[in-house]
Amino acid sequence: MNMTTLVPLPVVLPLLGAGAALMLSHRPRAQRLVTIAILSAVVMVAAILVVEADRNGPQVLWIGGWASPLGIALVADRLSALMLLVSAVVTLLVLLYSLGQRMTGDETEAPLSIYHPTFLVLVAGVSNAFLAGDLFNLFVSFEMLLFASYVLLTLGGTEARIRAGTIYVVVNMLSSSLFLIALAAVYSATGSLNFAQLATRLDELPDGTALMLQLLLLTTFAIKAAIFPLSFWLPDSYPTAPAPVTAVFAGLLTKVGVYAILRVQVLLFPDSPLSDLLLWAALLTMLVGILGAVAQSDIKRMLSFTLVSHIGYMVFGIGLATEAGISGAIFYVAHHITIQTALFLVVGLIERRAGSTSLIRIGGLARLSPVLALLFFVPAMNLAGIPPMSGFLGKVGLLQAGIEVGTPMAYTLVAAGVVTSLLTLYAIAKTWGLAFWRTPEQAHEMMRALPALEDDLDDSHHRQGFTIHGQHVHMGGTAFGTRELAEARRVVDEDQPDRDLHQRLDDGSLPTRLPLGMVVPTAVLIGFSLVLTLVAGPLFGFTDRAAHDLQERTPYISAVLGDNG
Amino acid sequence: MNANLTLILTASFLCGTGVYLILERSLTRVLVGLLMLGNGVNLLFMVAAGPAGGPPIIGTTPTDDMADPLPQALVLTAIVIALGTTAFLLAMAHRSWQLNGHDDVQDDVEDAAIRSLAQADEASDSHDLSHEQTTDDPGDEDQFEEEGAPS
Repeated sequence: MNMTTLVPLPVVLPLLGAGAALMLSHRPRAQRLVTIAILSAVVMVAAILVVEADRNGPQVLWIGGWASPLGIALVADRLSALMLLVSAVVTLLVLLYSLGQRMTGDETEAPLSIYHPTFLVLVAGVSNAFLAGDLFNLFVSFEMLLFASYVLLTLGGTEARIRAGTIYVVVNMLSSSLFLIALAAVYSATGSLNFAQLATRLDELPDGTALMLQLLLLTTFAIKAAIFPLSFWLPDSYPTAPAPVTAVFAGLLTKVGVYAILRVQVLLFPDSPLSDLLLWAALLTMLVGILGAVAQSDIKRMLSFTLVSHIGYMVFGIGLATEAGISGAIFYVAHHITIQTALFLVVGLIERRAGSTSLIRIGGLARLSPVLALLFFVPAMNLAGIPPMSGFLGKVGLLQAGIEVGTPMAYTLVAAGVVTSLLTLYAIAKTWGLAFWRTPEQAHEMMRALPALEDDLDDSHHRQGFTIHGQHVHMGGTAFGTRELAEARRVVDEDQPDRDLHQRLDDGSLPTRLPLGMVVPTAVLIGFSLVLTLVAGPLFGFTDRAAHDLQERTPYISAVLGDNG
Repeated sequence: MNANLTLILTASFLCGTGVYLILERSLTRVLVGLLMLGNGVNLLFMVAAGPAGGPPIIGTTPTDDMADPLPQALVLTAIVIALGTTAFLLAMAHRSWQLNGHDDVQDDVEDAAIRSLAQADEASDSHDLSHEQTTDDPGDEDQFEEEGAPS
């Protein structure tokens, strides 16, 4: 049976579903059913495509039946199919989670009727980006997913979301303009935008021209993927969105940028002189990102910074430009999509149970809700790369690839990778210690002590395990600055409605149980990440084959262009 | 290939003006800047399309005199997408005006906190702001912005 007819389904189904969901906006039940059915179908199609692409090579479909190379091609090779499968599973679970959140009457400020269609458009955009066989289709899919993300990020239009959304929208419009400039330049230099054709034509260009085109494309994708120094927008805009939205953004959107870099770097510009630049970018992304994470006093912001930092690992693999490096990068993308999404979902649960994600006002969650502690602990350790979980295996794969290359730069990155992993563990341990292990009373005591201590301008004090130095209060390895002091003062002030966990536990204003509809999808997603660990051997085999094909380039080019290539 | 110099100059003028406007604080001006930038980029596609020609319809124009239709199709798509984003950004500017009474792009709360630390000389020893230490005037922040704004 010819499987190429399945290729457009991951794009078409969600788009049709979005239309249907919009029409059903007055019947929430039907809307929910449509969305779940569509996303489940996408998971199945993606699974079939993975098997098919692995057995029979890249699956190509020319939309509208135009003869190659005139039309628009959708290509599902091993890399695309794997990305598609992981993203489909993740989006389905995130949707179930958001249903669980909604059924309990939470998030009343978000219009339900808009959420489902927009979510489906986002899925269609992400799928289209993975399947796109030419640069312009990639641009269109970026715009699709960005547009959906603009809406999801500013759901409800509260002040904080509008502020964060403004920066996000302007940065992305700017990067889209840059992408268009790159497209115009590529088209005028080669007369084509099809990946397979470009792969053959770009080789014939003068070095300088090719370098300029590559720089333009890389800059564009680096903004999307949040690679330092183009990562500043991410920790600013992600944390304000609702938990499931942040989760799906963190899991998928930056990875689409990484995927684009991988595709362009390997297929269009092999042996490029910019690999060293990518390695430098990877180094700085890892270190700057994780140092930012260590300094945060809010779990959401901390995770946003680890997200930036761990993008560095993937860029490291791509920058090595060896088969092992690319294979490691693909594995790491698959691992990181699941794990980062799972963590943000858990943060949503923390926010629900404790009423806040600020590390200075919560504590004692381990006793309060052991299930929550377990749900946080497993993916957090996975993120830090504790053996034997997939985070460890992915990092080992990348570090081995770095050592194989053996240049001083590669060794530097291997060292930086280890340091980043350790610092991730530190940031996680800090969160664990403050949010889960100390009692709510301790958190409350410290909170009460903060404003009093601030007035005391002596250089350093030691009281009950924390010190004060100028305007900083140090506790448990964390420095709390003026913003936290202001927050503490608000909570302590009896006239203000702001309360910390201890007070809210006393007055009983918090839900005592976590809704099962939110816990189960989170647990399933964490289970999925553990399955990735279990099948790591076959998965690495798969990514090795994918990397081999990518490096060779001919399977992709001949599958797309047929005999014309 | 002979490029059309007028198109290139116009495109670069539009892009330059666009970038200048994007650096402004008011969201409406940023939007106008993005639109000019977008139009400049669309003109670049016209440069990429090569010399102008007849309509690319077989039977009406000899094949050699046809204009390249593909860049025009691309520009059309880009224009449609720009229309959508513009509408959305305008709605955001309006919402920002409803909420705050202005549509200025505001600083990140965290960044602002870090800057206030820096002004109090608490960020780190290497961050030298000694010339600001003398004044404790809250008007300091405005001064900061004016320094950054082009005049």
